[in-house]
Amino acid sequence: MEQHEISVIVNGQKLRRRVSARQHLIDFLRNELSLTGSHLGCEHGVCGACTIQVNGTAVRGCLMLAVQADGAKVETIEGLSDSGAIADLQEAFHQYNALQCGFCTPGMLATAAELVELHPHADREEIRAHISGNYCRCTGYHAIVDAIAFVLETRRNKGGAA
Amino acid sequence: MSSAPPVSFFDRPNSYIGRTVPRPNVKKLLQGRGTYVDDITLPRMLHVVFVRSPHAHAKIVSIDRAAAQEMPGVIAVVTGPELAKVITPWVGVLTHMKGLKSAPQHAIAIDRACWQGEAVAAVVAETRAEAEDAAEMVVVEWEELPAVVDMEAALDAGTPVIHPDLGDNLAFRRELVTGDVDGAFAAADHVFEEIFHTGRHTGVCLEPRAVLADYQPAEGKLVAYQATQAPHMIQNLLAKHLNLTESDVRVVCKDVGGSFGIKVHIYPDEMATAALSVLLKRPVKFIADRLESFVTDIHARDHRIKGRIAVKNDGEILAFEIDDRTGIGPYSVYPRTSAVEANQVVNLVGGPYKHKAYRAATEVVFQNKNVTCQYRAVGHPIACAVTEGLVDLAARKLGIDPAEIRRRNLIPDDAYPYTGLAGLPYESLSHHASLEKLLKLMDYDGLRTEQAELRKRGIYRGIGLASFIEVTNPSAAFYGVGGARISSQDGCTIRLDPTGTIICATGVTEQGQGTEAMIAQIAATAVGVTMERVRVITGDTDATPYGGGTWASRGAGIGGEAALQAGKALRQNILTVAAAMLQAAPESLDIRNGTVVDTDTGVERLPLEEIGRVVYFRPDALPKGLQPEFVVTRHYVQKDYPFVFTNGIQGSYLEVDTETGFVTLLKHWCVEDCGTIINPQLVDEQIRGGVVQGLGGALYEQCIYDDRGQLVNGSMIDYLVPMAGEMPDIVVGHVVSPTASSELGAKGAGEAGTAGAPGAVMNAINDALQPLNVSLAAQPFTPESILMALGRVSAKVG
Repeated sequence: MEQHEISVIVNGQKLRRRVSARQHLIDFLRNELSLTGSHLGCEHGVCGACTIQVNGTAVRGCLMLAVQADGAKVETIEGLSDSGAIADLQEAFHQYNALQCGFCTPGMLATAAELVELHPHADREEIRAHISGNYCRCTGYHAIVDAIAFVLETRRNKGGAA
Repeated sequence: MSSAPPVSFFDRPNSYIGRTVPRPNVKKLLQGRGTYVDDITLPRMLHVVFVRSPHAHAKIVSIDRAAAQEMPGVIAVVTGPELAKVITPWVGVLTHMKGLKSAPQHAIAIDRACWQGEAVAAVVAETRAEAEDAAEMVVVEWEELPAVVDMEAALDAGTPVIHPDLGDNLAFRRELVTGDVDGAFAAADHVFEEIFHTGRHTGVCLEPRAVLADYQPAEGKLVAYQATQAPHMIQNLLAKHLNLTESDVRVVCKDVGGSFGIKVHIYPDEMATAALSVLLKRPVKFIADRLESFVTDIHARDHRIKGRIAVKNDGEILAFEIDDRTGIGPYSVYPRTSAVEANQVVNLVGGPYKHKAYRAATEVVFQNKNVTCQYRAVGHPIACAVTEGLVDLAARKLGIDPAEIRRRNLIPDDAYPYTGLAGLPYESLSHHASLEKLLKLMDYDGLRTEQAELRKRGIYRGIGLASFIEVTNPSAAFYGVGGARISSQDGCTIRLDPTGTIICATGVTEQGQGTEAMIAQIAATAVGVTMERVRVITGDTDATPYGGGTWASRGAGIGGEAALQAGKALRQNILTVAAAMLQAAPESLDIRNGTVVDTDTGVERLPLEEIGRVVYFRPDALPKGLQPEFVVTRHYVQKDYPFVFTNGIQGSYLEVDTETGFVTLLKHWCVEDCGTIINPQLVDEQIRGGVVQGLGGALYEQCIYDDRGQLVNGSMIDYLVPMAGEMPDIVVGHVVSPTASSELGAKGAGEAGTAGAPGAVMNAINDALQPLNVSLAAQPFTPESILMALGRVSAKVG
């Protein structure tokens, strides 16, 4: 199997690895780095469970090859958790019970993190539209929308006070 | 601290009953640090990939695995006959489903595949990718056999019999007649009829089915890390079919990425994975991919129901009659069987109403499609849609408002106890209170006004109602009496540790519902400690009391009651020791916030950690005859009724675009009565998630087979599921009628949302289209089907 050497920064850590040309980024993160927080739900780029941040943008990790991450900065749910970058989203998801089984949650949070950065004034409908590429079978989405709306409002209020 | 004695046990200080408490066990999930099966890696672990039949029905002429065996990383390529040496076949029947028959099913097909997706060989390799590569090199020579696809033709004389030994393709038939049905139809002013279809769909758990089987040959032990709802059931089945001692099988169920009934069965590929671990003496992991999930996870709800309703001019319902048929695939699923759904449909049609006559017949037939079995709300969404569709049909024809016809016919709230026409007792339901609460929440009259205004402008909005009853807290009548070793009782073992921490091990399991939070709330309340002091253990047959697990909306009602009784018993045992230490009467003491206090004054006397210190490390300081018992187990089984029924009603408000056929869900309401509510937020979220699952079935989800038995939409690109953009906000309300069958009084809430949503949406669509004299009764209500009903397209599009 064809191998390539890549250099990638994962959760702030610079790594060099030889990877198989066909290995997608999530298999690389899960199988080679034991970062199992990124989940695979469909491997077709539809369900959103594998959503991670690459160079600050939310991407479907199952649609990207590990070799394509050469030179990139990758943030997984583990890194986003440890840096505190999404602590308010995580707390709001907890308070609103915006997760049940938790399998979609890392991807949902990565998408939500992008939303709160890019669209600080999003209303419920816009929140629903933004997360509509992330499948959640458990919650029915209402609580997720509540949690994200709460974070948006809290961040707006903080911004206003600053 | 108040000195007044609590009015009920649940009003005690630091009671968590009825309080929204964030789930203590989800922080790991929020950080991606849960442990789903695929997150577990064991030394020397192998991966299995299955070669599956591309045909709906075909004889295996030969399997050539020479090339596959030469592929890198391959450890073994195993066929059905080889695996059958270590695992026995099974037959998915239960004795109380009279007449139910099925054929022996093997972990890997022996000589014939009976549906597209059935496993015919297993490829085991060092990595998943290597196993997939090698699986492509396995060459199977097939002889295609005629496939039985159409369930309507399954019993016809010219149709091949899938299992010749069974004689025909009929798996199960049930007929039920209660009251003077012919008399009721003769006496009716009107009889209305409709043919309903509920589309075959599936659970689409985001985490696919998953098992990691670790056979340890030195001890003859098998540890199965499995995503399941019922660990003890799995333990029994693995032991039975692998010829192991049951206590040598340990089933560990850590985090589960959704289940919904999909993971309450045992699947041939899961059995095969365990057998491969025994055969190869190494850990073997199987994780279904999404395509495999679509062709092997149980499907459900594939019913055609001819329904009739007999009514008087004033809307009084005299009788219901249904003729149901369902196709279940080539085998009845093991061990719960594939007859339960149809049986539930018969039990539940007409359930909320006070008519006196009911006739039902159902036929469950074999076909060469994937198997069907119990999926969230088993039978309820079908029965509810048929019942409520017929009630609304009558209302439309008679010009009676849908809310009014329900007022006239729902069983009165003061009529209980009441026995439904299927012979099942209802302890205490609240249909009318729920209806009135729903109408108020919806502002029903306001919506009707808005609807009328918009209709003048050519905007078609509809309002749909759907009342339902729900089976919860099942007794042994569900499975045990039929011979299945599936426990209807559950236990809780609770202990006090030296630090004053309470550890609860429970037989009910967590798949995200909030089981652990619910158990912790009850245990904290029962003992008298704060939630922070409680730890909960679930999902390990070596560590928890024997129990059924989580299904049929039994977690809170059964597992919760066991936790309550265990916690109360531990509290008494602690107080006995505290009384001896304090030289006080036990009845004068209480435990509040983790401290023993004087009941009357609330004065703090002894913290639990001090009692723990003395009991565990200085027992010499205790009176000689006093043996503290700080580990207590209590069990609970519901014996008063076959099931503890709950009830509720849903409302849908939506808009139909008559140009495109698109349905926009504007808002959805549900009022339900699950008795005592332990955590309002968790109940509301169960309802909301359930509603959306029902909405998926009503509008989008369908496993589409072609006439050769090929699933043509087995990916998430082609099989549509509800996403956030299409889903409405969902308002949840409650009426509380606790069950007297337990002290806790909790009934189930996990399936109510799914039960009522499709019926409410169907009625709303038909309400919207009423001015156009169009109605639909075949789910899912796709834009195509709506345009066809409107006559805007004449033939099937695309």
